[in-house]
Amino acid sequence: MNAPVIIDRRRVLAGGGALIVSFSLGSALAQQPDAPAAAAPSPPGSLKTSPYLDAWIRIDANGVEVFTGKAELGQGFKTAFQQIAAEELDVAFESLKLTTADTRLTANEGYTAGSNSMKDSGTAIQNAAAQVRALLIAEAARRLDLPAESLQTADGAVIAPDGKRLSYSELVAGNMLHVQAQPTSKLKDPATFKVIGRPVPRVDIPAKVTGAAAYVQDMRLPGMGHARVVRPPSYGAQLSECDTSAVEKLPGVVKVIRDGNFLAVVAEKEFQSIKAMNALAAAAKWNETARLPKQDDLPNVLTSLPSQDTTIFERGNPAVGIQKTIEATYTRPYQAHGSIGPSCAVAHFVDGSMTVWTHTQGVYPDRQGIAEMLRIPPASVHLIHVEGSGCYGHNGADDAAADAALIARALPGRPVRVQWMREQEHAWEPFGPAMVTKLKASLDGSGKIADWNFDVWSNTHSMRPGGAGSMLAAQHMAQPFAVPAPKPLPLPEGGGDRNAIPFYNFPNARVVHHFISEMPLRISAMRALGAYHNVFSIESFMDELAIIAGADPVEFRLKHLDDRRGRDVIEKAAQAFGWKPDQKPPPDRGYGFAFARYKNLAAYCAIASEIEVNRETGRPRLVRAAAAVDSGQVVNPDGLINQIEGAIVQSMSWTLYESVTFDDTRITSIDWQTYPILRFNSVPESIEVHIIDRPGQPFLGSGETGQGPAAASIANAVANATGKRLRNLPLTRKRIKEAIDA
Amino acid sequence: MRASARIIAGIVAIVLISAAVAAFAIAWRPAIAAIDPPGPQSFDDALVKRGRDLAAIGNCSDCHTRRGAKNFAGGLPVPTPFGTIFSTNITPEPETGIGRWSEAAFRRAMRSGVNREGQHLYPTFPYDHFTNVSDEDDRALYAFLMTRQPVRAAARDNQLSFPFNQRLAIAGWKLLFLRHDTYQPDPKQSAEWNRGAYLVEGLAHCGACHTPRNALGAERVSAQFAGGDVDDWHAYAINDQSRSPVPWTADALFAYLREGWHPDHGTARGPMAKVVSNLSSVPASDVRAIAAYMAGVSGASTSDRTGPSEAALTRARTASQANAVGASIYTAACASCHEGGRPLPYGGVDLRLSTAISSPDPRNLINIVLSGIEAVEGERSPIMPGFAASMNDEQASALLNYLRARFSDQPAWTGVEKSIQDARRTQTVFLQTSPAPRNAPADPQQREKP
Amino acid sequence: MMTLKVNGREHQVDAETDTPLLYVLRDDLKLNAAKFGCGLGQCGSCTVIVDGKAVLSCVTPMVLLEGKQVTTLEGLGTIAEPAPIQRAFMEEQAAQCGYCIPGMMMRAQALLQRNSKPTDEQIRAELEPHLCRCGTHMRILRAVHRAARLMDTAEASPAANRSAR
Repeated sequence: MNAPVIIDRRRVLAGGGALIVSFSLGSALAQQPDAPAAAAPSPPGSLKTSPYLDAWIRIDANGVEVFTGKAELGQGFKTAFQQIAAEELDVAFESLKLTTADTRLTANEGYTAGSNSMKDSGTAIQNAAAQVRALLIAEAARRLDLPAESLQTADGAVIAPDGKRLSYSELVAGNMLHVQAQPTSKLKDPATFKVIGRPVPRVDIPAKVTGAAAYVQDMRLPGMGHARVVRPPSYGAQLSECDTSAVEKLPGVVKVIRDGNFLAVVAEKEFQSIKAMNALAAAAKWNETARLPKQDDLPNVLTSLPSQDTTIFERGNPAVGIQKTIEATYTRPYQAHGSIGPSCAVAHFVDGSMTVWTHTQGVYPDRQGIAEMLRIPPASVHLIHVEGSGCYGHNGADDAAADAALIARALPGRPVRVQWMREQEHAWEPFGPAMVTKLKASLDGSGKIADWNFDVWSNTHSMRPGGAGSMLAAQHMAQPFAVPAPKPLPLPEGGGDRNAIPFYNFPNARVVHHFISEMPLRISAMRALGAYHNVFSIESFMDELAIIAGADPVEFRLKHLDDRRGRDVIEKAAQAFGWKPDQKPPPDRGYGFAFARYKNLAAYCAIASEIEVNRETGRPRLVRAAAAVDSGQVVNPDGLINQIEGAIVQSMSWTLYESVTFDDTRITSIDWQTYPILRFNSVPESIEVHIIDRPGQPFLGSGETGQGPAAASIANAVANATGKRLRNLPLTRKRIKEAIDA
Repeated sequence: MRASARIIAGIVAIVLISAAVAAFAIAWRPAIAAIDPPGPQSFDDALVKRGRDLAAIGNCSDCHTRRGAKNFAGGLPVPTPFGTIFSTNITPEPETGIGRWSEAAFRRAMRSGVNREGQHLYPTFPYDHFTNVSDEDDRALYAFLMTRQPVRAAARDNQLSFPFNQRLAIAGWKLLFLRHDTYQPDPKQSAEWNRGAYLVEGLAHCGACHTPRNALGAERVSAQFAGGDVDDWHAYAINDQSRSPVPWTADALFAYLREGWHPDHGTARGPMAKVVSNLSSVPASDVRAIAAYMAGVSGASTSDRTGPSEAALTRARTASQANAVGASIYTAACASCHEGGRPLPYGGVDLRLSTAISSPDPRNLINIVLSGIEAVEGERSPIMPGFAASMNDEQASALLNYLRARFSDQPAWTGVEKSIQDARRTQTVFLQTSPAPRNAPADPQQREKP
Repeated sequence: MMTLKVNGREHQVDAETDTPLLYVLRDDLKLNAAKFGCGLGQCGSCTVIVDGKAVLSCVTPMVLLEGKQVTTLEGLGTIAEPAPIQRAFMEEQAAQCGYCIPGMMMRAQALLQRNSKPTDEQIRAELEPHLCRCGTHMRILRAVHRAARLMDTAEASPAANRSAR
């Protein structure tokens, strides 16, 4: 496996498109510090918290079923998990059944977030599968009275040397798999992988492209009513009067529900519920408070709020001389997840127990929140994950689940489907927090960075449920639950300080996290958390320094980086892009480069991009991008490429266009007119993603890896094209034009 | 203007006139010597900057840039009753652009419609207005254009039939319609008014679209700003014949020209969207001046133009009875936005305020109903879905007739269905509005904030 | 009660004339493909084909549909027997969450029915009303190109190429 493995995507999928070039460097790097510790005291991944093997794999007469506590969000991991299980169990991929997050069936794996699914659940399934296989072999050895070493497994059966087959279903009896996982497993040699590492087509796509039921929005339970919520017009608004009598008489209306500031209506048919919602909204009178900050002055607002300051990194070497010092401030506005399908949930309250079908990222934490809100024991609440529209973090999903539960409680025995409207998703989803970073660094006489100072101001990046207070319905009830106090997310993963610590080697460095607990706007986790802005800042500033040092941006980065895998992705992306130190882009075009290791401990990603800027209008256009990613052992290369392609395109939209807008009272970006995102006219000509595969290395995840590097690479290309450095996100046409005209 | 009889008459006239002018040999213009393209550094930055604002007021890029192509490289087809004329490359590229033009050559083109080589230019290039532009402003415009990115793009041949393909004929046209006197300020008016008049009559060339043209394609001076045609849109009357249900004021004009919308008048769309988008970046004082002058042109409010009439309800009732199909289409497809209560520009305009519905020409309304308003890429901007695919001609026609009967006090349009069929064939461009301001109100109950 | 023709079948639908087609498809006919995205005609998720043209079903009231033929993604093919456009999206793996995809497929289908060899520029322009948040755009474009090729080959065997009216 030492020779580079080149997979031609055209051969793989019989279609025209990008090349996957996959380098297999496994054995050369077997001694990397990330290799699983040989004698870990507890089993790896989520087996740590859910150690029983049958929490992950169950076998009965019907075959093999795999369980994960994670939720499919469109990132395609159902397919990846199935590949892992098929590989380690020696079971046909197609024959496996996979069950995802369900509080009655699967392990509690917290949230599906942080690009951790492969690391947590993928690792757990891999090890559980290997251990189950070992148990099956041992059982077969016992029954056949043969040494285990003489037995093999294939296609769901243990095979004896004489060809006798004992199927897994035959072998499993009683609670055989209800045993705790061992700390280590005998995993297969990556060189023998038959399913892992292949671009297996996604299992969910056929239903999605033929109109089969695929989403919670598609659920239709017998007797189901259609609900709509009427949200307050602004944060903290109080319902002063609402005459519901006229609404109750509208065609199809089943019930109007008012609980404090929580207002909803249920009707027989969906459009009836929309009409009733409009009537109810017109009848509701609210008292509002002007309490939002000045949008145009957001950076100053944030940095002047009280903050809890922590020096999270410090390194010193006074011997290094300083020649030239520069500083810069970078800002990011509030940004929206902007799911295409507004949040939705179905709930059914029968005999005191509540079932909720939801596209939440965390069925267990949501169960706890809903139970608390309804003041019933968690055991009486059952949450089942059903896919929704892509969420990219904590959007309205959990709130919709709480809405559905609160409404269904008022209609015992009747399933209720609540669907948020576009304006509700845009105005009420918890946004990705606004951030400010201040950077100051010096070069030494040789053009290397001598010192580095990084200050980041941010709210927390997770206000996810756990308690009821995180959910809108619970906040709006007559007996409301208070919003829990925000907490900084702990390092090494971090929240606002995620990726704030430089991954480069600087002799002197200091990083301060200014944690702001006051939250002027409702915020929570959005893809990559603080890493999006921190990587944008660090990698933009690296270019500013490289320009002063007169160095090529790629060489400048390599000069400050020892990490072998980091260097590999940088070199690969540069080579794929055709990056040359003395390159000169065509007129009005610019090249940009950026690199990060996500969370400084997960996947590596480098992205080079080419931007065209219209000098008269200021309009930027991403022409092409080339990326290299090292996500450890690759399970599904096409799935990984899909994630990185998507990250680049989405991050481009965030970076060039997006900001939540508000006046002193209300959110004013409430639809696609007022919160514009990328449309097809601006889709780049090409995006190439190159994978550096690391057989046998831990899964590093990929969902959020690309956001930061894509942003910085684009910003650096804009600076290269215009000669002007833009430090405030988004890099809008108007801002670029103003910079050019200045 | 499109009537073929008038065109034939025009042809005859042009031929006769051309013969006459040829006889007097006044059509001949000398070439102005080519120069070596001046480097961009040879122009003063402040001058270039002023030129940029002036070019925006002149809306130069709109005609001289093909959508999605290089700035100022020309090639945009401009349909006229006489054939298609393609705009030219005005980048400083030496061979295909104006790189070898001296400032004198540029000024002559602006003043007299003659290119450096001495050829007469077609009056689609509105030198009948640009003749009013001062030397100083021509100098700034020249500096701006000569510092643009040079683009190699040869001009496309115009598609004109005889005799309009004879440039000599233009000399005759000029003899009849081009006045060479530059703008003279009116000492009785304010400086702002005069600035506005200078811009409107000159560089901004508002009359090029808003004044009707005669059979020879010249603006009818006697009907200045009485409404014209452009790109399958009707450019509204903006003089005292304006059909705007609420009279324009200087403040309303300023807001509209600057931001692209006004609560009493809706959003700018069609070719006007590009104009207001350009005006958003120029000095506010110039836009104020334009507004002040045009407010005078459109005249004061008169009793028959005092906004939505009290008879609207009665009309609505009658209209609904007379046209049940149109009424139900309106209720189902239009009312949710246009009666949704969300303020402009992100809510639909109250149709009682719609100039399109009161206008004598139904084309603008048809264009909007069929094609809607597309999003401006990456920028906050109004969006309206188009109904071309979901309404057939009969349904669209029923809707239009209903809107006319209910929301205007004007007589019914004739031939609406025919206009709809024409619009389906031609309507492909100019569907966007301009990017709208960030903090426009966005919610039905949204309080208006300064 | 009104008659609505969907995917070649006539349905008696009990809906008011101002009900947008989207809710009739999802609620009354229990079809999943047309999606609620904004209800404002801004995102394209609800797109279906009416008389051969792509239409935003969330802003198309029932009153406009008398006598017209509606086709949804379900009417093109099935998992077992996918239409060329469906095969193309499967083969290109052109989905992440997939929520916006049916609407895009319907508009692409309408485009390919009137122009069997669209250029990349034409496809982009056609899909301009559609939003995708996952950033699957590159694959969607490839899938539409592939569908054009598949439909071309399928023309030889018309049975495999049901077209939407």
